[in-house]
Amino acid sequence: MGLIEEIIHHYNHWVSIFLMVCGLYIVVARGNMVKKLVGLTVFQTAVFLLYITPGKILGGTPPIIAEGFENYANPLPHVLILTAIVVGVATLAVGLALVVRINEAFGTIEEEEIFERGEQE
Amino acid sequence: MIEAQLPALQIVLPLIGATLCAIIDRPRIAYVIALITSVLMPVIAASLLVQVLSEGSISYAMGGWAPPIGIEYRIDVANAFVLLLLSVIAALIMPYAARSVAAEIPDNKQAWFYSMYLLCLAGLLGITITGDAFNAFVFLEISSLSTYVMIAMGKDRRALLAAFQYLVMGTIGATFYVVGVGLLYTMTGTLNFADIAMRINELDIASSRPVLAALAFITVGLGLKVALFPLHAWLPNAYAGAPSVTTAFLAATATKVAVYLLLRFFYTIFGFEVVFELHPVGEVLLVLSIAGMFAASLVAIFQEDIKRMLAWSSVAQIGYITLGVSLANATGLTGGLVHLFNHAMIKGGLFFAVGGIALMAGGVKISDLAGIGRRMPLTMAAFVIAGLSLVGVPGTVGFVSKWYLVLGAFEAGLWWVAFLILITSLMAVVYLGRFVEIAYFREPAGGAATATEPPLSMLVPTWILVIACVAFGINAELTAGTAGLAAEVLIEGLR
Repeated sequence: MGLIEEIIHHYNHWVSIFLMVCGLYIVVARGNMVKKLVGLTVFQTAVFLLYITPGKILGGTPPIIAEGFENYANPLPHVLILTAIVVGVATLAVGLALVVRINEAFGTIEEEEIFERGEQE
Repeated sequence: MIEAQLPALQIVLPLIGATLCAIIDRPRIAYVIALITSVLMPVIAASLLVQVLSEGSISYAMGGWAPPIGIEYRIDVANAFVLLLLSVIAALIMPYAARSVAAEIPDNKQAWFYSMYLLCLAGLLGITITGDAFNAFVFLEISSLSTYVMIAMGKDRRALLAAFQYLVMGTIGATFYVVGVGLLYTMTGTLNFADIAMRINELDIASSRPVLAALAFITVGLGLKVALFPLHAWLPNAYAGAPSVTTAFLAATATKVAVYLLLRFFYTIFGFEVVFELHPVGEVLLVLSIAGMFAASLVAIFQEDIKRMLAWSSVAQIGYITLGVSLANATGLTGGLVHLFNHAMIKGGLFFAVGGIALMAGGVKISDLAGIGRRMPLTMAAFVIAGLSLVGVPGTVGFVSKWYLVLGAFEAGLWWVAFLILITSLMAVVYLGRFVEIAYFREPAGGAATATEPPLSMLVPTWILVIACVAFGINAELTAGTAGLAAEVLIEGLR
């Protein structure tokens, strides 16, 4: 199997790894706290994709136990990610709440501005 | 039969308590709920430990769904030991919390504070007790999210920044852990710890690339939670900014649980051979631990704030624990485990004493606390004894852990590591000595001049931990013995 064929074959993994790295980059590169949280969410969502895709079987049906449904997708990854989505939403909510409080306390949500001021105090 | 349900009760009680606190939203009632729940925890944990020691490990099918399909709670000597540690700290911190929380947290938020505390406790206990990799992630996030909230309740507005910073780092760490678990799941089709280990063995995929990638992701992800150098950046700010009770609780428990989970993965799942013999995880850990011990101790020497100083010291002490793990022999691992236990007592005691000082003197800046030793002799005496224990003076628990670590280092043929342990202990003398000197040999001034001893509800828990530091230092049978047993279970039980 050639290299290109291999890449195409695993395109779902490439997509999720690409999104994962994008998300991490945003977290590191941006000083704006809301943007950081956006990056964090992109990063987490990419991991959800990493879980979901191996559950799919080509030609598989939804996981129903009945006649005519023999080759079905693995439901467990979906269940796990449902839990992980809840965790992700909770994290985002706590994060945004903290950003609101930081904005009230410091008057800005740019990390650099806060650090600059912190040094003068 | 209530005994059969103990593993579930250990988690469910604090979860219910947390919900009740949040619904009722009255500070007094919330405190009573938190107190009762916390006091019940060590009772349950102790009876679990007794059961494990007499009858071997316990497997509890959550909700009656048999493992490996259902979630299994699995308790062996190693996690029964950690459970007991967590519960005892939780039970000691609640009597202590009453005054400190009342002084540091506004009335309308106190019930929520206790709710978050119980949630965090449930999460930490859950990580320890569970035998399911994904369940461990959920508990990890439960404990982390409640921790972020507790840190943000600090008085200083910088606590908000610390909480945000920890939220970002902690979420990245937990997500790395999930990636690792996902890779393991793709390769083995199961999430049960024992089952993953069995399938990795059966399919002979221990050295396949996805499994090694999983090892890397999980090590880094949990490394962030452990605050392994250089992934420790969140810790000093978080500990310094958080309310005193939160700091004491986190310092004594949170990082310890992450270390436990890391050990579980190293030994139970990937196996000793893959982690330490075929791949240089041990060597990497060794270098990072020693770097952490030195760098963090050095930074601690130059801190102006005792809480921050002790936080940096925590980073250094975590280095000792991971050093014991990295030595990859039974003695070293015993040293790491016993230090996990001992450091919880020592740091718990130190932060308890500092919480008392913060309450009575109104601050924790070293320069403001001149002469505090004369005004608060009992608190400072506790601080000094716990400090000596941190340094590792013979007759205290710190000596016991360092003794095992040094023996382990010699056993691994790394005599120079023993030498480095000695040097970093001397650095601890410097940073603690600096504060002790100012506290005892200067004239009282400022807030320190009018300070008096904190109330008994704070002094007694502090002294219980301090006395434990000495008692287990003189008779190390219980701690070192159990740690040795746990180390054996981890290394041998899995081959």
